[in-house]
Amino acid sequence: MTARAAPSHWRDPVILLAVPAVVYLLVVYAYPLLWLLMKSFTGPSGLTIQPYISFMSDPFNWRVVGNTLRVAAWVTLFCFVIGYPAAFALARAGTVVQIVMLVSIILPLSIGAVVKAFAWQIVLRRDGVVSQLLVGLGIWDEPQRLLFTETGLVLGAANIFLPFMILPIYSVVKLIDPRLSEAGATLGATPLYNFTRVTLPLTLPGIVSGVAFVFSMSVSMFVIPSLLIGDRFQTLATLTGRSFLLMRNEQLGSTTAVILLTLAVAIVVGSTWLARRLGGST
Amino acid sequence: MTATERVTRFVVWFVAAFTVVFLMTPLIVTIAVSFGSSTVFTLPPPDWSLRWYLRLANTRGLLPALMVSLQVAAISTTIAMALGTLCAIALVRGRFPGREAIATFLISPLMLPGLVIGIAMLQGFKALGLRDVYASLFVAHVVITLPYVVRTVAGALSLFDFSLIDAARTLGCNYPTALMRVLVPALAPAFLTSGMFAFLASMDNYPISIFFTDAWTKTLPIQMLQYVEETPDPTIAAISAGLVLLAILVLIIGDRLVGLRKLADF
Repeated sequence: MTARAAPSHWRDPVILLAVPAVVYLLVVYAYPLLWLLMKSFTGPSGLTIQPYISFMSDPFNWRVVGNTLRVAAWVTLFCFVIGYPAAFALARAGTVVQIVMLVSIILPLSIGAVVKAFAWQIVLRRDGVVSQLLVGLGIWDEPQRLLFTETGLVLGAANIFLPFMILPIYSVVKLIDPRLSEAGATLGATPLYNFTRVTLPLTLPGIVSGVAFVFSMSVSMFVIPSLLIGDRFQTLATLTGRSFLLMRNEQLGSTTAVILLTLAVAIVVGSTWLARRLGGST
Repeated sequence: MTATERVTRFVVWFVAAFTVVFLMTPLIVTIAVSFGSSTVFTLPPPDWSLRWYLRLANTRGLLPALMVSLQVAAISTTIAMALGTLCAIALVRGRFPGREAIATFLISPLMLPGLVIGIAMLQGFKALGLRDVYASLFVAHVVITLPYVVRTVAGALSLFDFSLIDAARTLGCNYPTALMRVLVPALAPAFLTSGMFAFLASMDNYPISIFFTDAWTKTLPIQMLQYVEETPDPTIAAISAGLVLLAILVLIIGDRLVGLRKLADF
């Protein structure tokens, strides 16, 4: 027991238990990623950023980057608008409603993107559920096909990523004492003031991680766009996949892969930093 | 209750109901289509039938792909559970610098784009001289399954009160018996749950597997996607319904082992 009280030290023998897993990941995961990174900066004559310059000088690629960020932004916005109130409902619900909500959030998480995207192919058809619903509500005059449109892609992707918005927000909402708002109201705060000054700041860390999860997954999704919108609409991820699997253009693929990787790492690092800062200040 | 509060309440519960329906839509649609008689995904189906399930057996390539997926998931999950549990113990019990960095590193495969990891591995394995399709799939899938094990087991270990082991020893157990009688039963639920979700993650993986398949060896999601693109008919819905059933089973067992709320921990 005395060893545990001692300051942290490399000689703590328990560290040996971590070695197999760490070495495994270093060899089969970290090394390949670093290699990919190095190779994308290596030309025939040493270090170069030529691939990135030629990538950026092609207007088609800018459209691809635009597609990627635009779709990811819409998916994230949709998930936030639905997911934020849903997280409150989940945290404040009674037992039965909470179980129903938890099942409907966790169950889809353990089902693959291929299955769900295939289902959305059916849902988004001209005679699909969404079209029938919108015509039934009188929003649309006649059935329309949403499959292979950007709206359809956003809808399907938002459906698949929504749990990743709800769960992080739920994890902070359930820690907030509901009496806080009552206390605010007793002290004369309007609901709006209460929300912007009490509830919103307390939930910000959850919002940050939910937004980061959904945005980075939407940027790098591959199966969903290939099933819901097709080849005419390229994103960074589909372009990366195509350049390796179909076009055999490894140079282009490595370049876009590194751009994707950089985006993902930036989002993870940025959101962790932001969440920690927000968590510390509240 | 003021008017604003009433409106807020209404909006929140409306959104909650919408969320449940919205999230369940793909699963319900899949199951409905799989039991329908229509070839063109008409909903609601004109008539019910089992024809798509009967066709599963005759669908070329499906059974081998299922077998590959089950093997890869089982073996990679087993390796990941061994490596991951040892590592989780080190992370929770150890007092060495950089523990947080190591934990982040082990979870990071979940946070980076699968496609990029797949491409990197494809080239890395070539450089390391690993060319066998099966072996590559096993090695790659351990990277997918490991984060699930480390995250869940480390979470459970950090909640475990280690003084209980000392108590057992005071009461006359020797150290290994104390571990077996106290630590193992306390950790078993989280351990099994992490294994099940790791297994599902491996079964469902597409973006990494796609780089380690050839004409003869395909995993189930790869074969399914190919089938969707070539001959879209509700046979795929029938396999999908099977996968949904598997997920429901895992969820029920996970609920029994650690409880639904724990499963939602993020």
